[in-house]
Amino acid sequence: MTDATQSGPMLAADGTPLKKSLARSLRRRKLRALALIAPLLLFVLLSFVIPIMSMLFRSVENSIVADTLPLTVVELRNWDADSGELPDEALYAAFTKDMITAIDEKTHTRLGSRLNYEQTGMSSMFRRSGRQIKKLDPETDGPFKDKLIEIHDGWGDVETWRTIKTHAVPITNGYFLNAIDMRRTPEGAQAQPEDKQILIKLFGRTLMMSLIITASCILLAYPVSYLLATLPMRVSNLLMILVLLPFWTSLLVRTSAWKVMLQQQGVINETLVWLGLVADDARLVIINNQFGTIIAMTHILLPFMILPMYSVMQTIPDSYTRAAKSMGATNWTTFWRIYFPQSIPGIGAGSILVFILAIGYYITPEIVGGTKGVFISNRIAYHISSSLNWGLAAALGTILLAVVLLLYWCYDKIVGIDNVKLG
Amino acid sequence: MKVKTTLMASAVAAVAGGAMAEEMTIVSWGGAYSKSQLKAYHEPYSEKTGVTILNDDSSAEAVAKLRAMNEAGNITWDVVDVVAADAIRLCDEGLALEIDFDSQLAAAPDGTPASEDFGDLLVSDCFIPQIVYSTTFGYRTDLVGDNPPTEICAVFDLENYPGKRSLEKRPINNMEWALLCDGVAKEDVYDVLATPEGQDQALAKLGTIKDNVVWWSAGADTPQLLADGEVIMGSTYNGRLFSVIEEQKQPVAMLWDAQVFDLDGWIIPAGLSEERQQRALDYIMFATDTQRLADQAKYISYGPARASSAPLVGQHADLGIDMAPHMPTDPENAKNTFLYNYEFWADYRDDIDAKFQAWLAQ
Repeated sequence: MTDATQSGPMLAADGTPLKKSLARSLRRRKLRALALIAPLLLFVLLSFVIPIMSMLFRSVENSIVADTLPLTVVELRNWDADSGELPDEALYAAFTKDMITAIDEKTHTRLGSRLNYEQTGMSSMFRRSGRQIKKLDPETDGPFKDKLIEIHDGWGDVETWRTIKTHAVPITNGYFLNAIDMRRTPEGAQAQPEDKQILIKLFGRTLMMSLIITASCILLAYPVSYLLATLPMRVSNLLMILVLLPFWTSLLVRTSAWKVMLQQQGVINETLVWLGLVADDARLVIINNQFGTIIAMTHILLPFMILPMYSVMQTIPDSYTRAAKSMGATNWTTFWRIYFPQSIPGIGAGSILVFILAIGYYITPEIVGGTKGVFISNRIAYHISSSLNWGLAAALGTILLAVVLLLYWCYDKIVGIDNVKLG
Repeated sequence: MKVKTTLMASAVAAVAGGAMAEEMTIVSWGGAYSKSQLKAYHEPYSEKTGVTILNDDSSAEAVAKLRAMNEAGNITWDVVDVVAADAIRLCDEGLALEIDFDSQLAAAPDGTPASEDFGDLLVSDCFIPQIVYSTTFGYRTDLVGDNPPTEICAVFDLENYPGKRSLEKRPINNMEWALLCDGVAKEDVYDVLATPEGQDQALAKLGTIKDNVVWWSAGADTPQLLADGEVIMGSTYNGRLFSVIEEQKQPVAMLWDAQVFDLDGWIIPAGLSEERQQRALDYIMFATDTQRLADQAKYISYGPARASSAPLVGQHADLGIDMAPHMPTDPENAKNTFLYNYEFWADYRDDIDAKFQAWLAQ
């Protein structure tokens, strides 16, 4: 019993204090665990986190103006954009110098396309002027003000300089403003002209239609999952294959198949006309609109709803419903009070999956959505691959990501994320 | 043992290195168009030089992908087939190599330098035109009655030609046709379209048929819609209509009036290694000479971009029909044409597209 009376810290077998020894071995174990997950961590970091971060950063990054026209940007600080007067000769001289360097590096046209997003006409102005400005000598050919205006009258337009000054900041909110149908002007943020407002509408439509698609998936998937979970194994396996078969078919093939089904000379309309339910000259319009998108996407996303529902329903013990019935509950009460509450985690998991997939869908709305059934992702695709306005595309993507995270948070608050089960 | 491994390793390296030097990746549109290039350019070139050509059907996303490759500093493409508007953008962005046409392209057989042989079709310093194609209309001969359309404004004439029409889901071409049929003279179209009022006028004219339009985004849509009888007439690329009419024998005919000429051709990405750049230039020199451009017209109904190639255009390789009358540039077809106004659309595209999409969504 000498140990108990001994003063000082408890010692391990090798004589080091027990606390220290324990901490060391715990740290070692943590390091080993970290080393084990390091490959995955690095992979996720390199292939997922960093690319997404860099894409998000593009939505505010705007160093191109200051990098291409460094001297001009300095001079522009001294110029009052609201004066209504053209800048003075010093600015034109600085601009000529900047342009000659930029033309050498072939970056002036790049700047032109960037500024063309803000003011129509800038692209050709930079390209055309480039050929002429190249011939000027910044030391001897001054003064430049009149010469530049002669090369292109755009350089004599106050608006040109106001645009350059407004967008000379290295970090801009311009793309985000564009993404919500506004724009950055010298007077601050302003709404876009009404006939160019479309993006907020598309965001709203994307959310609305994704909700409708999720709801129709729930309605269709619930009875199917119930059947799958309750039928004998042999039959339910066969049904399962029917659910999975379309899942293994290419997305494009399935979408194109819907086109064949839904178009006015398509299978559904032909059948209805043949049956005499629909007049030949009044065929149903069920494609190239929102209806077409909802049908095709509900079908495509259905397995994502059925699978989590099925795996949750499988775990609901039969004895519960039998117990309820034996105590006198009707079929409906048994279902509503006993079975349904236990299947909610499956609905939750399926809904989150389907909704988040739907909100980013692109190819199906493009093919069957016509004009009223397209999503915000179709605009993002346009700005990535056609207009090359990656800043705006990044801003739209960031907003979409934020909306999804916000909805996820709401879901967590209202339903509780612990209530979601995949099986 | 060790010696053996080293030997094997160096042998593998030599094979890999050799294979690298003998390979180039050419990007194009896929489908019948890539096939025509394979027959007319790739196969003879491989036979002549032993270079293996890998095909990549990514032209539709070429601009975005080239920009991404350039940022990543790893360009995997050697020669890329793009439309002229994309080539201009790539050139503006510094993503395509500038070409000295007279020294880097073959002269015509009679010695005319390339810059004269291509003439006005050299719309960008980086772009070597290959074909002239047109966006034009096809109509169902069995659905228009006894009165087949002969001019573009039939598209806006719902009274005589009731039914759906398909138009491309973008402002380019549609806005011009709308103004033309709203009484604007051909030479004024772009001046009018540069003003907000003119844009509204064009949209208002398109608005008269908006409920009867199926909007397409892939070139294959209109041929399918025509073949299924979903639309009575529709715009698409003339080569697609040729294959619907002559290869699939559908009851479809061409409406060449006010067809819009556009160019498709090659660019070489900027920033290739010296060796790869030389090979790409060598390929371009071969593939855009007078005979090769004329050869391509054997397989697809697009007009060669060289003036000297036109007289050499012969018969379709499989169908055996004369190709000249199916060329958009044939005098009989080209009585009334537009040339895609590259500069206008480079400037106005973003602006008008936003308006157009907002109008579509209304």
